[in-house]
Amino acid sequence: MTTITARVLSPIRVLTAGLLVAMGVSLATPANAASGYPINKPREVDWSFSGPFGTYDKAQLQRGLKIYTEVCAACHSMNLLFYRNLADLGYTDEQIKNYAAEYEVTDGPNDDGEMFERPARATDRFKGPYLNVKEAAYANNGALPPDFSLLAKARAPERGFPTFIFDIFTMYAENGADYIYSLLVGYQEPPEGVEVSEGLHYNPYFVAGSALAMAQPLYEESVEYDDGTVASLDQQAKDISAFMMWAADPNLPQRKQRGFIVVLFLLGFAGLLYATKKKVWANVPH
Amino acid sequence: MSGHSTYKPGPGIGKWMDDRLPLARLMHDSFVSYPVPRNLNNFYTFGGILMIMLVSQIITGIVIAMHYVPDANLAFNSVQDLRRDVAYGNTLQSWHTVGASFFFVAVYIHIFRGLYYGSYKAPREVLWILGVVIYLLMMATAFMGYVLPWGQMSYWGAQVITSFFSAIPLVGETVREFLLGGYAVGNATLNRFFSLHYLLPFMIAGIVILHVWTLHVTGQTNPTGVEVKSKQDVIPFTPYATVKDALALVIFLAIMSYFVFFLPDYLGHADNYIPANPLVTPAHIVPEWYFLPFYAVLRAVDFNIGIPFTEIVLIDSKLGGVLAMFGAIAILFFVPWLDTSDVRSTNYRPLYKIFFWLFAINAVFLGYLGSRPAEGIWIPLTKASTFWYFAHFLVVMPALGLFEKPLPRPASIMDAVMAKADGAGASAPSAATSEPNTKG
Repeated sequence: MTTITARVLSPIRVLTAGLLVAMGVSLATPANAASGYPINKPREVDWSFSGPFGTYDKAQLQRGLKIYTEVCAACHSMNLLFYRNLADLGYTDEQIKNYAAEYEVTDGPNDDGEMFERPARATDRFKGPYLNVKEAAYANNGALPPDFSLLAKARAPERGFPTFIFDIFTMYAENGADYIYSLLVGYQEPPEGVEVSEGLHYNPYFVAGSALAMAQPLYEESVEYDDGTVASLDQQAKDISAFMMWAADPNLPQRKQRGFIVVLFLLGFAGLLYATKKKVWANVPH
Repeated sequence: MSGHSTYKPGPGIGKWMDDRLPLARLMHDSFVSYPVPRNLNNFYTFGGILMIMLVSQIITGIVIAMHYVPDANLAFNSVQDLRRDVAYGNTLQSWHTVGASFFFVAVYIHIFRGLYYGSYKAPREVLWILGVVIYLLMMATAFMGYVLPWGQMSYWGAQVITSFFSAIPLVGETVREFLLGGYAVGNATLNRFFSLHYLLPFMIAGIVILHVWTLHVTGQTNPTGVEVKSKQDVIPFTPYATVKDALALVIFLAIMSYFVFFLPDYLGHADNYIPANPLVTPAHIVPEWYFLPFYAVLRAVDFNIGIPFTEIVLIDSKLGGVLAMFGAIAILFFVPWLDTSDVRSTNYRPLYKIFFWLFAINAVFLGYLGSRPAEGIWIPLTKASTFWYFAHFLVVMPALGLFEKPLPRPASIMDAVMAKADGAGASAPSAATSEPNTKG
């Protein structure tokens, strides 16, 4: 019996030894040689919308809209959103109407068969800065500025093992907002010896390389806030990131409220079932 | 196990119907009086959970299909419109997507439970094979469902998976074009995938009926692996199994809801929030987590297999990888005959128990490897892990059955239960009534 065990087990021992040696090699070589981006992990911000009771800070979203309107919208579209969605930010119908009316959209054809321009209405989608993606890319040296609607969900640098397991328990789902914030405050001079190609800008937080086509978009006081908040770079980066999170996931507060009720109900129901089961099985040896 | 029907129809309409279509009798015999071993633990609740998950996926899927537009230009936005503007659309879509993941969580637990307790051994070979067929259909359904939102991972995943078929010698390209409805993944592909994604769940439901039918013919296994010998060994399905399954289901749904409402994107991939773009390839194309072990097996074969010392290639690396990947699933069909031991439950196989857990850890590790880029240290690790996956089935399973000396097994289920109660009762006389819940 023991000799058989030994004979069967010895390949495992060999394999285990092999694995250990292999892991040693992996520690010796630089990790993620080809896929080491972003160079720096995103910085984690304390967001109002994190956690089980998280919700959006309307004042922050309004500041974010101001940045979007005055800075980002020059290049970035946001075509999954309608002007009417701004009601989420606490604006009145009248304010939304006035905001939308600043933009001209093409409508038609009218009864004469012709397209015509008219001021945008609350039921229109956000008007983008370009006619189409080809024009957008052409105007930006071939680098298409991505649409803002889902960006906060579409950018999520890998968390790595074992962090991704802890994330389940800490309910961490703010990867996208953290990433955008970090990118916006992360522009800096490239370190000694790092070549940055013409037209690119060094940023160690960029997800797909060491530099990106977008130049630093926000500086201190890039916008003047209506609510008197000091428009530091850090503050602006947080506000636009929160705004983009809202754009990508406008139902987040309702979702979390609903989830709290659902999970609470199921746990309560489970408690009742547990008591029932205990009673039903009480005199049944099993 | 089906035994004698104890159903007593009510007078009047009940009796009238029972003489013509005894549907109520079938339900009664299957879900009320059906005898189950009294010693089943909580791992045996996943069959019921899976049935509910299938129904849940079908119902949410049907409603989502009312809003979804299977058109390459509209599909992506139609899913977003559902999430943003349809009442409860956001919950519905997350429930379906996260539900698919949890369907696989449940099926993996169910499969490993079957492997541990030898549920595939005679006379349950057909039961096991039908289960593997369901698993295969689930994989096909899940893959096609993942393509429908038409994000970057949808598109490129479809590109990669359909390219497997082009590895088939001679007819490969033709088969691939037939699947895609063209030379590349496009609108035609999306349309047929939508149609099939709607069809396959109903085929799964059909096979589930056969799966449950065979189960009710052979009866369930149990943790001792000893067959039911007398009426003492069993208890009626209702209320005992019903209440136990219901409790397990509700706990399972509570965990799933945590993900649906608080971490809806945790199990998905961020790139799928970028609309499909045939001109931009994502940096790393990875499938959903439940396919990762097989994805690792696919990539483990990166070498041509030919006649040694000649230039003749019999199987190139692409075909080799595809064969290994499909082989990793197909090998499950042969498990009933690969395992040579006549002891069912791993509880009584001390040596096999070690190998079982090694296999389980290796399978999880293989999944992790599938998520790593194919470079550096990950390549040899993937090869070693793949080798072990196959070695478990082809070497360990057949060999151990011949050598291993099993532990003594109880004479009957009731014996095992009483022995356990006595063991517990020695220290505390009332333990039989206060303890059992630890074992479920």
